Parts: sequence; structure tokens; C-alpha cells
Amino acid sequence: MKEYLLGNVAIAKGLLEAGAGVVAGYPGTPSSEIIESLASLKGDLPIHVEWSVNEKVALEVAIGASWTGARAVATMKHVGLNVAADPFMTLAYLGVGGGIVVIIADDPFCHSSQNEQDTRRYAQFAAVPCLDPVDPGVAKEMVTYGFELSEKLNVPVMLRPTTRVSHARSDVETGHTAEIRRGSGFVKNPARRVSLPVHVRPLHVELLEKQKKIEEALALTPWNSLRLSGVHGVIASGISSLYAEEALIEMDLDLSFLKVGTFPAPSDMIRLIVEHASKVMIVEELEPVLEEQVERVARKYNPDLEILGKGSGHIPRFGELDQLYVRNAIASMEGQPARSGPILGEALKILPSRPPGLCPGCSHRATYYAMRKAFGRDAVFPSDIGCYTMAVPMGTVDTCLCMGASITLASGIRFGGEEKGICCSLGDSTFLHGGMTGLLNAAYNKARITVTILDNSTTAMTGHQPHPGTGFTATGKWSEPVSLEAIARALGAESVETVNPYDIDSAVDAFKRARDYPGLSVVIAKQACVITARRNGQKPQAFRVNDKCEGCRICVEFGCPAIEFEGEKARINNLCAGCGVCAWICPSSAIEVMK
Amino acid sequence: MKTSECDIVIVGVGGQGVILISDVLGRAAVKAGMPVRGAETHGMAQRGGSVINHIRLGCRFSPMVPTGGADVLLALEPAEALRFGHYLSRDGVAMINTDPVLPISVTMGKSVYPGLEDIVDPLSEVCKEVKTLDATSLARKAGTSQAMNVVMLGALSKYIPIKEELLLDALCDVVPKKHLDANKRAFQIGKAEVE
Repeated sequence: MKEYLLGNVAIAKGLLEAGAGVVAGYPGTPSSEIIESLASLKGDLPIHVEWSVNEKVALEVAIGASWTGARAVATMKHVGLNVAADPFMTLAYLGVGGGIVVIIADDPFCHSSQNEQDTRRYAQFAAVPCLDPVDPGVAKEMVTYGFELSEKLNVPVMLRPTTRVSHARSDVETGHTAEIRRGSGFVKNPARRVSLPVHVRPLHVELLEKQKKIEEALALTPWNSLRLSGVHGVIASGISSLYAEEALIEMDLDLSFLKVGTFPAPSDMIRLIVEHASKVMIVEELEPVLEEQVERVARKYNPDLEILGKGSGHIPRFGELDQLYVRNAIASMEGQPARSGPILGEALKILPSRPPGLCPGCSHRATYYAMRKAFGRDAVFPSDIGCYTMAVPMGTVDTCLCMGASITLASGIRFGGEEKGICCSLGDSTFLHGGMTGLLNAAYNKARITVTILDNSTTAMTGHQPHPGTGFTATGKWSEPVSLEAIARALGAESVETVNPYDIDSAVDAFKRARDYPGLSVVIAKQACVITARRNGQKPQAFRVNDKCEGCRICVEFGCPAIEFEGEKARINNLCAGCGVCAWICPSSAIEVMK
Repeated sequence: MKTSECDIVIVGVGGQGVILISDVLGRAAVKAGMPVRGAETHGMAQRGGSVINHIRLGCRFSPMVPTGGADVLLALEPAEALRFGHYLSRDGVAMINTDPVLPISVTMGKSVYPGLEDIVDPLSEVCKEVKTLDATSLARKAGTSQAMNVVMLGALSKYIPIKEELLLDALCDVVPKKHLDANKRAFQIGKAEVE
């Protein structure tokens, strides 16, 4: 049956068609919809699907499952693999039981990420095969193949969609759900399951010896194809190969073309095009992984080959490519004119910018307002990964490095010699992901900082996934939620307070007490995400501006999109979520509940 | 050689329902047995930022419409039409909902929202035709301003190589039953507006 599917949903269907038994992941754009859609698609099938506490946990759960014989998967975004790198690197030595496919979604251009690292480098580093899909349909097919290859060669396989595959849609041929491959039990085998030096030394040799088999197997897949034609050629991988293919057809160019969908790339095919051509252009996003391989082959078989790509400056090593860019790069190799879209030039200067921002009524805005009131603008405000990075204009987000780093950076800033107030902030999901160890460290090593947990009881930024503080699991089953307050105390924090940020007076007082506490203090600002509150049927109270408004703009400066300025007066528009914070802020009592 | 039958770029602001339109188009294309490619904005930008969806009917290649290649630029918000105007092809049509969503920089008084003519005029110079409609008010007539996106879909339906029955079929697949009547009305009102 043909269906119109999002790339990540196609991958979830691939997991069903491959009989995956255990699937674990941590939300992160552009990977999140894989587990979300699998959790609803699986119905009563005996697949264990979980949102894990972080990516390292997810991969380790998948590895354990694989060692019972189950087909297992871990999903995450590219930077998540940094968190999971520890198990990932050694897994390649120890090998699998049931097949393991590690799905890592890359984000060239950082659409929704803190960097644009190229995960193909990780696959090279760990010496494991990497599948680089061109579109949703191929991504789906690659899942089943990934498990088969993993089991055949006893090695984990990486599937690496990018944003433009995960969040692309296309007509995809879907098939039947396979028998779910659960495990039959853990088999003791210390030489392959215990990474003692004496065990891993030979396993490393074995992994290196496996490389030739990996490349031979990958070369046989349908995702690598070669057409020898003109003496100029294009070698392209992943989604870039689709751009190149379209450009060649559109320009009606008779060039040789090698399309690559796997890494390592097929050396024999590279050799054929390299021997055939006098000039080739290598088209790939981010790192020159393919280009370096072509250079190695060319050194041996055609040292005179002219290689255009990142080295020559034709293809950038940053950002994402698109069809026009690739078309123009190929056109320049062929001496044809570049094409451009319409130039709107000056006309664009009148456009107001529209960056993403905190939602109307978002409690983070209220928390930061209270935090700033108590600590003053000069205090240092390390922050973290989540919706709250959009509060940079409020002046309470001074740093954002990686998941959980707010607390540890705050500690380091204090130990480094900063004397001013330090109040860091991170969300509930981020705290459970990577903040707990930092809090333990800060408490034990006596960092005099305030840690604010922005607890909106969800993983909001990535689309409202549950976590252990929410009381339900990926599949919607009830599980007793953990208490963030109890965790903070158990980790060694002595001063822990929970406040409702909509109650601004109490929140400011709580931040003042935290600021004046002589050691580590924790403030938990607890208020449901406005989006989940609305979905749960919460009806907002309506507010309006009465004639006491003096046009002082204090409410407007608060930065809520629901407050506009019309003439000389403030006005509440229809975006209002009814949090009531602006009514508290107004010095003239001009904002009131509509009766 | 042409690599796509019809390229559409749909733009707006996170939360306006851009994804619903491309979902309906894609599903309808599949019903028509037509290859289709699309690309969506997910993640951070969905929180009130500019969003852009691409959809390419009768295409097996790039999921994104090339710059300068859009046969139709469907803008759910006027400023976003201009922001993404570079996608328009010289023979393309821009269809714009005239109801603005003020960005925070405007509500805070830090910048000024442009007048409609400052948006329409430059776009008129780079494409064949610019059509404007107050889709939000039209949707209210249909029963709910929420159906603004479906008014725009109805207007778009006159410009694409997919039969109306298939679009309505696909609309039924994605809209909850209780809102279906209002959405069907919104579709017809949008269509009538460009006839």
C-alpha cells in the first residue's frame, strides 16, 4: 500500500516490518517522531518501546536487549550520540546478539540544534557501517537491511537520516508487520560481553578485520549505483545525491554519476568512476567523508584526477545543501551559468524578524521575570537546552552548551572566581537527562549557586514527550512519577523550595531566599506547559485592559505575544492563555479578569 | 527537463496549520497515484517562528522546492509571503492571506509591521500574479477562524493538478469529524474567492 509518510513515521513502519523487539530513545529534533509514532502504531504487539532518561541509557537498554537475542534499536539526535558515545564505541568491539540499529538523526544547518556535527564521522570512528538514506522510503527499507547486516557481521549498524529525510514526506510503499523478534534470554559469554583488556584486544583486531566484509556487503546494496558516461562525473551521497540527480536531469547533462547510500562507500565503484573520469565533483553535506575516500582511491588509480568539492571550495563544509546550490555547483564545473531565484533586495528590509519565542502564557517567562527581580540583571544566569533558550532576550539565559550543563557551568563559574549571584536554570526533562549528576557534584563540592528547575511536567521543545516526572510512559501507561524535590534533596541540596511561577510575589520571595542562602539552593518552578494545559482542556480565564492604563509599557516589555500596544494603551489579544502574570506586573492595576 | 509537475511552497507562522495543508495535498496526490515529495518545519521554529513547508506534486527528487521554482507560494500570513518570496518562479502565483500575525518585535513596539502594498508590490514584480484574500474572515463565515488554512487550501485547489474530490477525500482523512462540515464550507468559500 502507498502512504504519504513523514520520514520518521516511515522509519517507525520499517521497525514494525523488521520485527524490532525493543526500541528506546530520548527525544531530540529531528528524531523524535520515530518513537512517538511507533508507540501508537504498535498497538498490542509485544514490542518494548520506551522514552529513556537519556541517550546513553537508551543505547544501553538496546544493547542489553540485543544480548538476549532481541532486535533492538536506539534513536536519538546527532548530539545525543555524544552522550551515548561511551557504550557506542565499545559495543562495536563486543558485538550484538539480535541485530542492533542505532538511528541517529543529523541536523545540517542546526535547524533545531546546538551544532551540526556529522554522524558519519562517528561511524568511521567506531568502525561500524553507516546507512545514509536519500528519502523516507529508502530510510524504511534500510531498517530491515540494517538488522540483517548487523546479525550477519555481528556489528551494530548506524542509520543516519538528516532533517530533510526525517522531516520530509513522500509516497512510501508500506508492507506487513513482521513477527516481533524478542530475545530468548541472556547467554553468558564473558569473552564477548565483558570488556576486560584481555578480552577487547583481540576483539579490536576482529573488528578491524571485519571492515573489508562490511564494505563488500554494503557495495551490494541497491542504494549504491554507478552510471559511467561523460569524462566529467559527480559522486554524491545521501540526500545530496537526490539533489545532484535532479540537477543532472534538469540540465540534461551527460555526466558519469556515482550515487552513494552507504559508508564506507563502495571503493570498487569509486575506482571505476575515478579511472573513467578526468574531473569529478563530490557532493555531500557537512564533513568531506566521501571526498576523503575518493581522494584515497584516486591517489592509487588516477592521481591526475581533478577533484572538486569541499577542498576546492565548490561545496561548503557547513549548513545544508539544496537543489539549486548543487545545480549551480555542477553548472560551474561544466562552464554553464548559475541560476538564481528572484532578488527581492531592498523590499525585504521592511520585514520585522520573527524568531521563535516562548508561548503566550508560558510559565518560563514568569519564572525568569521573578528570577531577574530577585537576582538583578548583573547576576550570572547559566541556562540549558530546552524551550527556555528562547528567553535570551529576557537576559536570564547567559549560557547554553549541552544537556545538563547549566548546573556544572554555574559551579565552574563560581569556582573560577565569579563573586556575583549565580542562578542557573534547566527544564525538568533536561534535569533528569543530564542535570542530576551536576547537582550531586555541586552539592558535594559546595558550589554556592542557585539551581532553578523549570518544571512544566513535559519535554516541551521536542513535542511533549513524557519523562519519569510525568507519571506516564511512551506508550501512555501509568508509572509512579518521581519527585524532583526528593531527588534534589537526595543529591545533597539542603535548601529546596517549590513555587508556582504564576504567583509572582511568592516566586520572587523564593528566589530571594535562594539567593541569600549561604550554600547550594534549589528552586523548582512548577507550572504545566501552556500547550499541554490547553490540550488537557483547561479553559483560560480572559483578561482585558481597563481605562486605568497609563501606557507605561511595563506589560509590553514583559514580552508576552498576547500583549499589544495600540495607540497609547496596552491591549490583550486573542493569543492570551490567561496566566494572569501581566495583571500582577501592571503598576496601575489596569489589567483585570473579564467578568 | 522538468523534474516536477507542480511545486508549491506554503508559508506562515508556527501554529497556523501549515502542516495540515501539505498533509492534505500529499495524501490527495497519493490517492491520485502521483509521486509526491514534501519537506516540513518541525522543532524550535514551530514556537511562533516563521515556518515553511514544501510540496512537490509529480516529483521523485528533492523534497524542497528549489529557490525560484515555486508555481504557487501559498502564504497564510502576509509578511511571510515576502520573507519567502524568493521561492517564486517567474510564472508563479502568490496567494496571500491578508490577516497579519504580529511578531513580538512589533507588539513590543521595536519594529513596524509593513503595509500590505509594501508586500504585494515587490512580489508582483517577480511573479505572474499576486492574489490576496482575507482568509481569516472568510473562515469565520464558514464557522471558525481556525479553518483559515482550509480556506487557503480551497483557493489553492484551482491552481494544482489534483481533482477536487481527492482533496476533499484527503481533508476527511485528517480533520476530526466534528469540524468536518465547517472545514468543507471553508474549502468551498476559498475556492469561490479565486473563481
